Amino acid sequence: MKTFRGRVVAPGNVTAEALVTHSGLNTLASFQKALQFGDKEATCGDQNNPDLYGKAMRGKALCLPQTIGSTTGGMVLYCACAMKRQPACMLFSNHIDSLAAAGSILADVWLDDVSMPVIDCLGDEFLNYVKDGMRITVNEDGTVTVDDL
Amino acid sequence: MYLTEEQQAILNGSKGETMAKVMKTLVMYGDAFGAEKLVPVTGEYNHLVTSFGLKMIGPVYDLMDQLIGAGAVSQQKFSMDPRPLDKNVPANPIMNLIFNKFMYSKQDFYEDQLQKLGLMDKNAFTCACYLDQVGNKPKKGEILSWAESSAVAYVNSVLGARCNRNSGIMDIMGSIAGYVPYFGLLTDEGRKATWVIKVETTKKPEAQLLGSAIGMKVMEDVPYIVGLDKWLGTELTDEACSYLKDFGAATASNGAVGLYHVANLTPEAVELSESLIAEGAKEYVITDAELQRVYDEYPIIWKNKDAKPKLCFMGCPHMSLQQLKDWTDKVETALKEAGNKKVLIPTVFTAAPGVIEEFEKTPYAARLKATGVIVSYICPLMYMNNPLAGKMPVITSSNKLRTYTTARYYTDEEILVQITKGGK
Repeated sequence: MKTFRGRVVAPGNVTAEALVTHSGLNTLASFQKALQFGDKEATCGDQNNPDLYGKAMRGKALCLPQTIGSTTGGMVLYCACAMKRQPACMLFSNHIDSLAAAGSILADVWLDDVSMPVIDCLGDEFLNYVKDGMRITVNEDGTVTVDDL
Repeated sequence: MYLTEEQQAILNGSKGETMAKVMKTLVMYGDAFGAEKLVPVTGEYNHLVTSFGLKMIGPVYDLMDQLIGAGAVSQQKFSMDPRPLDKNVPANPIMNLIFNKFMYSKQDFYEDQLQKLGLMDKNAFTCACYLDQVGNKPKKGEILSWAESSAVAYVNSVLGARCNRNSGIMDIMGSIAGYVPYFGLLTDEGRKATWVIKVETTKKPEAQLLGSAIGMKVMEDVPYIVGLDKWLGTELTDEACSYLKDFGAATASNGAVGLYHVANLTPEAVELSESLIAEGAKEYVITDAELQRVYDEYPIIWKNKDAKPKLCFMGCPHMSLQQLKDWTDKVETALKEAGNKKVLIPTVFTAAPGVIEEFEKTPYAARLKATGVIVSYICPLMYMNNPLAGKMPVITSSNKLRTYTTARYYTDEEILVQITKGGK
């Protein structure tokens, strides 16, 4: 078990299974098919991301460096939250990027019944340590505990 | 974050609950990036990225209804990214059914919402809104709340305006409130280059290939590019601006570049020269071999890598008037050389409605039409983003289209050979 401390972008407490990408999450490419064709598990549709492609993202503790791609990204993330197909939380090793920040903040402010804690600045060590399937606990103070498999 | 009395009052609800939420959104956005204050949006117009009435984005329509209902509309008129549909672009009956009845069935409804929110013109749909024929061209130093990565890169770099890489929806929040958080590319410090790129090629580098290489290397950082003026000159001519439009789109989509400086050419580089380079900036040298390496590493995600192309898209971002004219000459000449009268692959050149209107007034329009090339205002990305089009072997010289879809990238020269000589 190891604990990391990051910065709280959107607060909340949650425990979920880790899903890890070492390259940037292309939000549009990852969520588009899932949202468009009614996939409630939000299976990642980004063929350029071997870490995530074909894996369910809904309800997972999504661990990533940052998001990349189209500036529709924040809007797509907001829609995923509104449709209840969002990850349980998003945990960034880097400083959050403007697109992911927009999506998570829009969801936090404009959606009443959605919670998706977002923590950033967790560092490279966090992303090197965490593996798919590990149990992650996020606390409101920005601490993230990773339980080994 | 420091808020003025007026901003604090709005946040506290003086203009109603919806405006308070708009302000809260901007304050949280600024807090995430350490912004110390909100600054007024000073550009005449905004530009928004979410132009498509996709059925799946119902939550966006709900939010827009909420804004309209509360009278929280944009203080600036705005242009939009391109429309997703144009009946002139080839599509089979099943694709047409899916586009019109399923995917983009909310297009008319959404455009009606946009009119109420402040759309500048019913034809203001293009990613290249800063072109003269469209009329949304910010001035140097103006503060903007734009989205659309290629447009943000262009107005920051070529026009010297100041805008962060905002997301869809966040773009309109800034123009509703009239303020944006002061951080990143709005600040002098954030506009300093943390990379020096040395262009040492033996010929003019392909704009979208050079942009791709730089974008993938520097990601969201600001590059200062030395040696490109050798190929582009030191004046922002139509040709140079068209090059920078395509180059910037590739840096923004293959990486996340929102601003670049070209030594002796772009306004801040001309004005401030190497003082724009931050201490400890990293270096990246671009040679012919490096561009070839980048090109060779693009994955080809067609099922049959040898498939005959069924469609060619040019113009992502939308072409300029000068590009439409230049390509008319190129296609005509190449067809003549090959002994062909029309292009051998269905080919679509995309441009802003305003640019197409001007192009139609020139003799080039009839000449291009005679080659079989279709001119459209469509967004190629939106056309490609569905399983049916995604399976089609589509070719393009747009590195943005390559990045976001299954389209296969070729250089401009290779595209010309493909469409006029069938790849021979």
